[in-house]
Amino acid sequence: MSKHTLAVLVENSPGVLARVASLFSRRAYNIDSLAVGPTENPDISRMTIVLNLEGHVLDQVMAQLYKLVNVIAICEMPLETTIQRELLLVKVAPGAKRSEVLTLVRQFQAKIVDEDDDVLTIESTADSEIIEGLLSALTPFGIKELVQSGLVALERGTAALSDRTLSAQGISTEHDISRTQADYQN
Amino acid sequence: MSRELGPAMSGASSLVKSLEAAGVEVMFGIPGGAILPAYDPIFDSSIRHILVRHEQGAGHAATGYAQATGRTGVCIATSGPGATNLVTPLADAAMDSVPLVAITGQVPSAAIGTDAFQEADIRGVTMPITKHNYLITDPADIPRAIAEAFHIASTGRPGPVLVDIAKDALQAMTNFTYPSKISLAGYKPQVEPEDQAIRDAAALIAQSTKPVLFVGGGVIKAEAHKELMRLAELTGAPVVTTLMARGAFPDSHRLHLGMPGMHGTVAAVTALQKSDLLITLGARFDDRVTGKLSSFAVNAKVIHADIDPAEIGKNRYADVAVIGDLKHIMKALIPAIQNEFKKSHPDLVPWWKQMGSLRATYPVGYTAPENGEIAPQYVIERISDISGPDSIYVAGVGQHQMWASQFVKFEKPRTWLNSGGLGTMGYAVPAAMGAKVGKPDKTVWAIDGDGCFQMTNQELVTCALNNIPIKIAIINNESLGMVRQWQTMFYEGRYSNTSLESKRVPDFVKLADAMGCAGLRCERTEDVDAVIKEAMSINDQPVVVDFRVFKDAMVWPMVAAGTSNDEIMIARGLAPDWDSQEL
Repeated sequence: MSKHTLAVLVENSPGVLARVASLFSRRAYNIDSLAVGPTENPDISRMTIVLNLEGHVLDQVMAQLYKLVNVIAICEMPLETTIQRELLLVKVAPGAKRSEVLTLVRQFQAKIVDEDDDVLTIESTADSEIIEGLLSALTPFGIKELVQSGLVALERGTAALSDRTLSAQGISTEHDISRTQADYQN
Repeated sequence: MSRELGPAMSGASSLVKSLEAAGVEVMFGIPGGAILPAYDPIFDSSIRHILVRHEQGAGHAATGYAQATGRTGVCIATSGPGATNLVTPLADAAMDSVPLVAITGQVPSAAIGTDAFQEADIRGVTMPITKHNYLITDPADIPRAIAEAFHIASTGRPGPVLVDIAKDALQAMTNFTYPSKISLAGYKPQVEPEDQAIRDAAALIAQSTKPVLFVGGGVIKAEAHKELMRLAELTGAPVVTTLMARGAFPDSHRLHLGMPGMHGTVAAVTALQKSDLLITLGARFDDRVTGKLSSFAVNAKVIHADIDPAEIGKNRYADVAVIGDLKHIMKALIPAIQNEFKKSHPDLVPWWKQMGSLRATYPVGYTAPENGEIAPQYVIERISDISGPDSIYVAGVGQHQMWASQFVKFEKPRTWLNSGGLGTMGYAVPAAMGAKVGKPDKTVWAIDGDGCFQMTNQELVTCALNNIPIKIAIINNESLGMVRQWQTMFYEGRYSNTSLESKRVPDFVKLADAMGCAGLRCERTEDVDAVIKEAMSINDQPVVVDFRVFKDAMVWPMVAAGTSNDEIMIARGLAPDWDSQEL
């Protein structure tokens, strides 16, 4: 399995996305998707990066990421212990098979967010597998256009990446970053 | 907590005050439009500013200064072309882990993104070739950015940091307060090694019967040569020093096998190949050292000690990774090994018998050219013998660089400066200038090629005008010698565009004279010593010596690019006589 999902806390500073993208490009690491947005702390942004690692070792990728001064914390988000979601918006032109599409939408717990006589616009928020399933089920009905967000992920339960690494003011002294991560702090 | 406002001044004055507060004693640069506001307070500053002739010279001079002194080098340039001319030295410093701070002016913030006159996105350009960089548009951010830049450049694995400052931020009024402490959430280099890693490393060392201390440039950066000496004496293991580590361990020491790599000694290359344990200290398994990676030291376990965790496992799997400052690592390792040696002490006699035999059989050497011309290696050997181990030797890139690394007898750290990782032709003259500025009491020899010299020799004017009396030995083989060597070996002697004809044009003696330097020429082997001594006697101006040498001399030994270290050649088509060696 060469796919890995990383949650990366970065300083909310100009150019940080370019730094991460530049690093991945320069070292020939493949990104499947990258989502970035604000967090509960206005100084911190969170990236969720889905990597397709062929010939690279995850430890090496994480160590290189840690070398970016603006990168504060990195955590792998395994499927088993995290909630993972993508957003899909897709326009379908089902013609006479409109009712079949509506059934699919219900089955996949998606919803219709816009419609006219010819086109249904469907929204789905789900994990990658379900999104892929919905898309392949919709394909025979004629997909006119689609847009997908990058994947975002959050740990299940009370664990919070930001708790382990940061307080509202900056670095927390109450919780140690796990040793593996501390090793990479350079 | 309310912060007290410091004295009011311009952003430019705040920049210069910040540089003073950071302890800067000298910087190399050229003014221009966007950085001009900063040059006004520089006029009154205690910081010595050396006006170079090209920004690339400023960058390499700052690097030479840093490599010779261990302090952070500083260069300064204007926006656009001034900044892009720093790109090569920044990339060079990033590859060789040199602490450097580059200050650049940027067009006014309102003009950023409009393709304004002399605008270049130097932050974007230098992202992949700096350790970190900044674009400052608010004058209040200047002191913090400068303080952080020096902190980042000089700690952890050193590297270049660029601070790009918009012109309006230099012009606007601000209050100057230099931060008393720096807190970077995402930057905490690990200095102290983990105890467990030290114990694991010591245990492996105590079991190894074919260990090698594989020493990289990190030992010099960490000022850890004394600890290395103790570690070497304790273990009795053979020592090899990479191109970046020449001088970290005395060449004259009985445990030293020389330099490994593409042009390394047979003993050093073979020691790595046949070892059962590489005790890797601040080296990064560069392709010029490992040769074909899959065939490199196949039977060796690896202890990899480095301050940069990203070097661990990058090219070669590490059985034991020791993250930390090498000085601290070796200080911890020595008692841990002593402890292990109480339980068992490996017998290195058979290993030394092999390595000692290789070292004795295959010392670096050369043959005198049959046509009677000067052997380039001889010139370098004589400079080393006459100028001695306290001098600083700076090389460009190519054959002369490899010969300098082979034939200068290095005894002390920070006496060998070269562009190892990036391989920047033209490094020597400006880097030698920077080294001499940092170490004015030392004799500084640039051993340069005629190709390299013609890339950056304009800085001799800077040297002449600023009383920086460096000495340049041009190893003039009238060609791009290393490229020519590869054409000889791999392109059937088709010398496409490698002949520089520099025994005809330019006249280096006249050129030196025109630039305010003493110019000397040497054309006969029997004159070499006398000319070197004459150059040594001139200390009130820079000296350029045109040593006209045999053009077909080649660098040996050699491991051809992409081949295994096992295929080392001691001369063209000639492998060591392995059958006579018990390996």
